Amino acid sequence: MSGFFASGPVHTAVVAGAVVAVVSGVVGVFTVIRGQSFSGHALGDLGTLGGSGAFLAGVNPFFGYVTVGAAVAATMDLFGVQHRRGRDVATGIVLGAALGLAALLLYFDTTTSTTTGATITILFGSLFAVSPGTLPVMIGLGVVGLVLVAVLYRPLLLSSVSAELAAARGVRVRTVGLVFLVLVGVVVSLSAVAVGTILSTALLVGPAAAALRLTRRPLTAVVVASVLGLVATWGGVVLSYASATWPPSHTGWPVSFFVVTLVLALYLGAELVGWARARAGA
Amino acid sequence: MSTVLSVEGVDVWLGGRHVLDEVGFEIAPGELTGLIGSNGAGKTTLFRVILGLLPAARGHVEVVGRPAGRPARAQVGYVPQKVALDPDVPLRVRDLVSLGLDGNRYGFRRRSRQRDEAVDAMLSAVGATRLADARVGTLSGGELQRVLIAHALVAQPPLLLLDEPLANLDLANGQEVVTLLAKLTKEQGVAVLLSAHDMNPLLPVMDRIVYVAEGRVASGTPAEVVRGEVLSGLYGHPVSVLELGGRVVVVAGDTGPTDLVTR
Ligand SMILES: Nc1ncnc2c1ncn2[C@@H]1O[C@H](COP(=O)(O)OP(=O)(O)OP(=O)(O)O)[C@@H](O)[C@H]1O
Ligand SMILES: [Mg+2]
Repeated sequence: MSGFFASGPVHTAVVAGAVVAVVSGVVGVFTVIRGQSFSGHALGDLGTLGGSGAFLAGVNPFFGYVTVGAAVAATMDLFGVQHRRGRDVATGIVLGAALGLAALLLYFDTTTSTTTGATITILFGSLFAVSPGTLPVMIGLGVVGLVLVAVLYRPLLLSSVSAELAAARGVRVRTVGLVFLVLVGVVVSLSAVAVGTILSTALLVGPAAAALRLTRRPLTAVVVASVLGLVATWGGVVLSYASATWPPSHTGWPVSFFVVTLVLALYLGAELVGWARARAGA
Repeated sequence: MSTVLSVEGVDVWLGGRHVLDEVGFEIAPGELTGLIGSNGAGKTTLFRVILGLLPAARGHVEVVGRPAGRPARAQVGYVPQKVALDPDVPLRVRDLVSLGLDGNRYGFRRRSRQRDEAVDAMLSAVGATRLADARVGTLSGGELQRVLIAHALVAQPPLLLLDEPLANLDLANGQEVVTLLAKLTKEQGVAVLLSAHDMNPLLPVMDRIVYVAEGRVASGTPAEVVRGEVLSGLYGHPVSVLELGGRVVVVAGDTGPTDLVTR
């Protein structure tokens, strides 16, 4: 294990994983309460388009994720898809079209580039593949995200619980909703770096949903979700490192696999705890 | 008489329908007023206009001297007709009531004893102290109604609007909420405007009535408004007001069955 702490990519992975876990946990709690998990997932998937486009242009895919994530989130909100069903339908249609285009770009990526694995990196990510140069940008965006949530905390909470109560209290519900969705776009793009665009919602939704099973207080839910996210990402890094000696190829299993599996295990564990508590009548 | 709410000549069209037609009335502090009308009469619409959430095509609304809009909204507590809360929302009853104080404020806040005390006092005033730590999504209809009243009143607004607060309650719970509102009106001096499609549960406590029909309103004391000729004028066709075992019933036609007393 001594090699583990000496490894440069491990350092980067640990820091990037922490940023992603904490921000995803915090934003994820609100995403789940607002019933915007599908929008979040769509924003993650759409990152594929940004990532593959950026790769083709020779830019770090991360910047593609962020640009497309934020832009699409703003568009989704401005198109006034206020009602859950209309929003889901519109999101589904846009998503299909965008992924078709992403498929084309990924095809160009793999045929024009000598680097193999662009597709795998974009779709499934790897914490070990985060370039140290990306790290400061990720940390910066993470901090901005956390500050934004702290500033919006009460209006965001109230409007997530009931838009009508919030509007009656004088909250600018539309503005708060727009800012929040853009934030979700940025957060899933951070998450896409860690576990890829396809899996990016796992970190957004999983730990948050698990936390909601465990606590009835908003602030506690946010903290618990972040901690569960940390367990999943750091646990994933450790397991992936350890798997270097595992069959079949002895090159290690993908870190994203472990992260997402841990998220699922944590969620199931939380369900179990919630169920046991309900039975005990607590 | 000072007024908390004044509504003057308000017209609203929705989807090509003249939903509110020259609506006007006033409300004084410490009065409990019933906004009575059948389904679709325009009660919710009128509330939305008072809150400044829906612009009126014509007319004027003033809340404590301010025109309807975001600043005036701070002077109004509001309990909407339907509030659907998911069971897994991580919010305790005391958190929701506390958001009634500062849910619109941005930025950090430190926990203060003053705020905790205001929340506790409000919960006790609506008889919901034992619910303080329950998840809001798990409350029964009657419990939620009390908690929403606490949320709306904790900032001590001079005006409280309640949209069909009795709609989902059984007779006993409905009666309790009515008694509670009458008590709060007197104790806190707040003016209450609450809508209902049935005026009977409110008759013992209602100081004034605003009766909505066909987009028009008649207002005054129940004795002034709930009369055959007044309501016939509103509906634009003859109706009768009948009394039966202490209940008031409004029926179409200008004569009632002979065994009922016509008012
Ligand atoms: N956004 C809208 N577009 C078109 N028509 C509307 C809209 N909102 C309300 N209406 C119509 O305005 C009328 C009044 O509606 P409102 O909700 O104010 O009635 P209400 O008195 O609150 O009824 P209820 O007792 O059923 O709650 C109804 O006929 C309704 O169909
Ligand atoms: Mg209504």
